[in-house]
Amino acid sequence: MPFRLEARGRHSPIWTWASPVLAIVATLIVSTALFAAMGKPAGAALYTFVVAPISSMNGIAELGVKAAPLVLIGVGLAIGFRANVWNIGAEGQLILGAIAGGGIGLWAGDATGFWILPAMILGGALGGAFWAAIPALLKTRFNASEILTSLMLTYVAQLLLIYLVVGPWKDPEGYGFPQTRLFGEGATMPILISGTRVHLGVLAALIAVAVCWLIYAKTLLGFQLRVLGQAPRAAAYAGFSGEGLTWFALLLGGALAGLAGVFEVAGPIGQLTPAVSPGYGFTAIIVAFLGRLNPIGVLLGGIVLALSYLGGEQAQIALGLPKAITGIYQGVLLFFLLGADLLVHYRIRLVRRVPARGAA
Amino acid sequence: MTQNNGNGAPGARGDTPLLALQGISKRFPMTIANDGISLAIQPGEIHALLGENGAGKSTLVKIIYGVLHPDEGAIRWKGAPVSIANPAAARALGIGMVFQHFSVFEALTVAENIALGLNDKQQRKGLRDRIAKVSEDYGLRLDPDATVHHLSVGERQRVEIVRCLLQNPKLLIMDEPTSVLTPQEIERLFTTLRRLAAEGCAILYISHKLEEIRSLCERATILRQGKVVAECDPRQETAKHLAELMIGTTIRPPYHLQEESAETAPARLEVDHLSVKSDRAFGVDLNQISFTVSAGEVLGIAGIAGNGQTELMAALSGETPANRAEAIIIDSRPVGLLGPAERRQRGAGFVPEERHGHGAVKDMTLGENALLSAYRTKGLVRGGLIDMGSTMRFAAEIIKGFAVRSDGPAAEARSLSGGNLQRFIVGREILQSPGVLVVAQPTWGVDAGAAASIRQALLDLADKGAAVVVISQDLDELMEMADHIAVIANGRLSPPRAVDQVTVAELGLLMGGIEAPSPERRDAVPA
Repeated sequence: MPFRLEARGRHSPIWTWASPVLAIVATLIVSTALFAAMGKPAGAALYTFVVAPISSMNGIAELGVKAAPLVLIGVGLAIGFRANVWNIGAEGQLILGAIAGGGIGLWAGDATGFWILPAMILGGALGGAFWAAIPALLKTRFNASEILTSLMLTYVAQLLLIYLVVGPWKDPEGYGFPQTRLFGEGATMPILISGTRVHLGVLAALIAVAVCWLIYAKTLLGFQLRVLGQAPRAAAYAGFSGEGLTWFALLLGGALAGLAGVFEVAGPIGQLTPAVSPGYGFTAIIVAFLGRLNPIGVLLGGIVLALSYLGGEQAQIALGLPKAITGIYQGVLLFFLLGADLLVHYRIRLVRRVPARGAA
Repeated sequence: MTQNNGNGAPGARGDTPLLALQGISKRFPMTIANDGISLAIQPGEIHALLGENGAGKSTLVKIIYGVLHPDEGAIRWKGAPVSIANPAAARALGIGMVFQHFSVFEALTVAENIALGLNDKQQRKGLRDRIAKVSEDYGLRLDPDATVHHLSVGERQRVEIVRCLLQNPKLLIMDEPTSVLTPQEIERLFTTLRRLAAEGCAILYISHKLEEIRSLCERATILRQGKVVAECDPRQETAKHLAELMIGTTIRPPYHLQEESAETAPARLEVDHLSVKSDRAFGVDLNQISFTVSAGEVLGIAGIAGNGQTELMAALSGETPANRAEAIIIDSRPVGLLGPAERRQRGAGFVPEERHGHGAVKDMTLGENALLSAYRTKGLVRGGLIDMGSTMRFAAEIIKGFAVRSDGPAAEARSLSGGNLQRFIVGREILQSPGVLVVAQPTWGVDAGAAASIRQALLDLADKGAAVVVISQDLDELMEMADHIAVIANGRLSPPRAVDQVTVAELGLLMGGIEAPSPERRDAVPA
């Protein structure tokens, strides 16, 4: 390689936060070029993708609806990532939350009662936490990489969901479609702003941000997680339990992902289907990094990524662009973000070719 | 002695020097490592390059050996200007170097390791015989067919030296060669080096150990903060004067109240037949370690790196719990099964060897680093919430009490120099008023001024009635500080002995793993 990376030796506090902004700008430029390459007027396409989705009150409400699961999952992941706990399987934990919480909702049927929603929410959190407990056990007991185990469990969760909606939980009056019955009145998340789809989960996401920020910034627990992530030996020296913290990080991330799942199915979707999530659990990884692994930052990052979902839908409708545009946009964003972060910490140096033997 | 004014090569003997550096400068992003350095080395001269950690010694020799390239300045070899592009070019000129950290493959034999370092196929012919001849000629006993991973550290160094000698060097650079050797091995190395010099090979000897330099070298160039501050004949100078030239200030010897009633002082730390299996590959198992440290006493634990010091530190701090509670007793209470935080609550404090990433977190502020070990003993957390005010006040107290040069409690640990960070860590532990303090390598890589203040702080703590254990590879440091010295070798600890009743030679034998004087275990003599 004719060049190499050289550590800059000091952190730039400004660039830590400027690099996500730069990455967003670069992504906009590249995606505009992409629209142009596909024969769409660049300016109009950009408008459709970025501005149009939020040019109405309803659009802004939809932004909140889409951002809620991303933020819920993202704050949990961010706290885990800070502790070097790489939970990549939030998508699977979301699905388990949807199954567990949704299952309670289906079981309640048309019954009404104040207990149904709390039971569903609790069930969702426990379902997600249970699914994250498996990698936690494997990690602490056998030192198995949670990256692999949590990711693989995602596919198990998807297959379990498909089995349920085409098998035992299939709606008998659903004309054979792979879906369950719609949740009853008592098992549906209340709408917070009438006329929109803003449901209880949006509020829950805001509460999660506040609570996680408190843990992250103000408590000994958050301090322990950060020390574990930055210097595991220092954590051992201080007497922090690495295993306990790993469990906590995975259970927290799993519970929040599970919450996101139950809020989705009992909110905007209204039933269990094979597609309860358009990849929120994976997109939340980008959200966590875009938000600098900081709970407040995750809130902002969640809104940006939510816009990519809305923009992608809008682009499909208005411009006839393929659905893949959302994934491309998110991938390009992550690429630029990682690239910018790398360059914040390192500079590129050209390496002179020196002759193998060259004494004068 | 001549105070160098920084321009031109001082040709001490009048003839053309073998190697002359003129105004060498090298800058790195954060520092100027070398700032206009000039020096000349004559053939057959043993020339010391003396300086503290970070003075620029390693950078300078890497430039001579072609690993780094100077930003400014000229290099002359036998009077002719040269530019040394890479280590192969340096070797072609006749420059050999033995690095501080050896580059040998453990799974290969001595001969195979040496063959790997030779670029030329021709040179490999008859290599075994030549290795045997060179090692015999210079008293570097080495079996070409021995697998390196069976060799002691001293023998591994011989592999590196023989590798250099096979190239018939005119200049041999030795970078801190004695830091891993026992006193006996050091003496053997010096014999070899003197012999080489007598045959006309110049030696550039890098060290911060003053007594060694005074006994071996005939010229010394002293570096401080990247500049040449003096040139002298070290045999004519006192060690104290050399040290003062090296650090730029005067140092006073540490003061320790010798406990006269040591017999009656209560035991504060008792370790009883502590055995711990290492959980690392190539780790060392601790085997039946026993010792007692009383109030007011400093126990030094000497030993060559990698003989169980890391494991002993982890066992004493609780990072690796012992197998039974009574194996470690603090103030009559068994703590063997407790973790580090619980042991601290029972009055223990610890300073690990590694500062970054073990004793401190470099990307965190000094306030957060103060919290790291003191959150319970200093009551810095209430109901799970961090009391930021008290934490910052505690950090400020450490900074003030231990003269830590920093931008205050909000500065990140990484912004501190090694010596200042070490002062902060030692201060953090001492201000928790421990009854038992265990420190590993307290002054490793620390400048001499900071080292003196750290040693004094530890002695002051002992004088107030604490039991202090110092695990160190620096025998001079232990002889200066400790009341009793024990030696750890291969996971076993020798019985502690009063420091005034033990000689360096005896300790050296123990460090080599020999209980009673007996033939060395495996110095295979080539046939």
